[in-house]
Amino acid sequence: MKKLPVTLAALGLVTYAGMAVSAPAGDASRGKEVANLCVACHQPDGSGMNLEGGESWPGLAGMNAEYFAKQIRDIKQGTRLSPTMAPFASMLDDQKTADVAAYYSQLEPTAGKGGENADPATLKRGQQLAEQGDWSKYIVSCKSCHGPGNRGAGEAFPGIAGQHAGYIEAQLKAWKTGARKNDPQDLMGSIARRMSDDDIHAVAVWLASQKPGNN
Amino acid sequence: MIRKLLTIALSGTFAFSAHGADYDATTQAYIDQLTSMGLPAPKENQLVHIPPTMADLEAADIHPELKKVIRKGYDLFTNTQQLRGEYVFNNMNCSSCHLGEGRMPFSAPIWPAAVTLPGYRGKNGHVNNLEERIAGCFTYSMNGKPLEYGSDNMLALSAYHQWLATGVEMYPKQPVYGRGFPAPERPAELSYDNGQKLYEENCAICHSEDGSGLRVDNQTVFPATWGDMSNNWGAGIVRLFTAAGFIKNNMPLGQPNSLTDQEAWDIAFYMDSQERPQDPRYTGDIKETLEKFGPTFHKHSLYGQAREKDGEILGDHDNTGEKPFLKPDSIRPRTFD
Repeated sequence: MKKLPVTLAALGLVTYAGMAVSAPAGDASRGKEVANLCVACHQPDGSGMNLEGGESWPGLAGMNAEYFAKQIRDIKQGTRLSPTMAPFASMLDDQKTADVAAYYSQLEPTAGKGGENADPATLKRGQQLAEQGDWSKYIVSCKSCHGPGNRGAGEAFPGIAGQHAGYIEAQLKAWKTGARKNDPQDLMGSIARRMSDDDIHAVAVWLASQKPGNN
Repeated sequence: MIRKLLTIALSGTFAFSAHGADYDATTQAYIDQLTSMGLPAPKENQLVHIPPTMADLEAADIHPELKKVIRKGYDLFTNTQQLRGEYVFNNMNCSSCHLGEGRMPFSAPIWPAAVTLPGYRGKNGHVNNLEERIAGCFTYSMNGKPLEYGSDNMLALSAYHQWLATGVEMYPKQPVYGRGFPAPERPAELSYDNGQKLYEENCAICHSEDGSGLRVDNQTVFPATWGDMSNNWGAGIVRLFTAAGFIKNNMPLGQPNSLTDQEAWDIAFYMDSQERPQDPRYTGDIKETLEKFGPTFHKHSLYGQAREKDGEILGDHDNTGEKPFLKPDSIRPRTFD
């Protein structure tokens, strides 16, 4: 199932943004070498780092390989802005991107940080947003796209359970302000723009506290 | 919290009066949110009801046993796949079509059924109560077998519907704001090719190009828009106006009214031109079935017609999908003569 989209892309049958170009198959063992570029921030086990109030480095272990590769390509092409990541992304050609994506997709997912000290009311609100949404503000639940347990659905909707709170919060705010817009069809942006900063914080700390993994 | 709920119970329902906006702040904020999404404001004299949420249920002053039943109904509504293989034979949940857990206006909110039934239903030509109406969804949209009348699960689903109608009078005189999937005006021409192009651009990322949707971990994330895992030919959404109304008001998820009327109708035309399991009312002959159910139903669908693209006669087969039978016993006439 995971191989199918790559095949379709190679045949030119997948038409949505970012997948139209044929992507090479990734080799995880070569990807481990490429990952030497990444470990200083993302750590040898791919767990990344949550930095309170700073720029958090996302956990990459277990991330869907196609989603991972698309992010690298987008950062390289400038359709996703990340001054920190851009120099590293520019060192990765399509093959290296596919290899390092394959490598990280096979690592054991690690726990998210940043939700440890959240108060129960905030966590409760976060859980509501993640699992039920708040339709009075037309905020659909996270899991309606990110899948069961918010551990990802297909290659377009990454696992977010067990991601660092600081990273989730920063990304949602980037979507809200329009600084990030490499999601398909504005599906994330249109929701993020309806979220208050409190809601963004609540859902970030709740998701960070959940069992990590990738469906 | 209980006081808050009482306020909802007492003031959650309004009829827009001819004198102008006399909504309370909560109702006005509710309407403002919907109109900011491009949905129309209530018309004069329409009934506006804000159904209670599950958080309201926790705070409600009702018997704990009743709360358990309503919670079970909510659970069945949002995870109907727990009945897979026994009552449900496709990938649908109730909440796949009734967004916002059955509470959203313009997404066929479910509470009106609780206050307008028993009532006459043209689809089966007799008076239906709430249980029989829910049975209809199982028969067609879930390509399944209805829960037994009076069973624990049927009680729970019914209770959830009725709870959402809290505070609304029975048989309300006013038309309900946002009831059903109100259809945009049908354009003069519908285009299969344009529908396909729009589907692939706007819908396929979730529902996939072949309409199979997406399942993860044996759970439905994105429902199938056609094929064996979708609703059968007897479901309301095979009617073009219902599909167009659903799409226009609700899709893509989180972006209601982002498509033009023409686009919504073209996508509906494309989607409803694809195959799906047989209508459980099938007599064994498509022409005969069409004669029987065309006037009340299939005159709005493409069932029995030659598909524009390739001349394929739609619905001319005996495929029931994963369901090991055609017609559940619950489909039967009633008469009081």
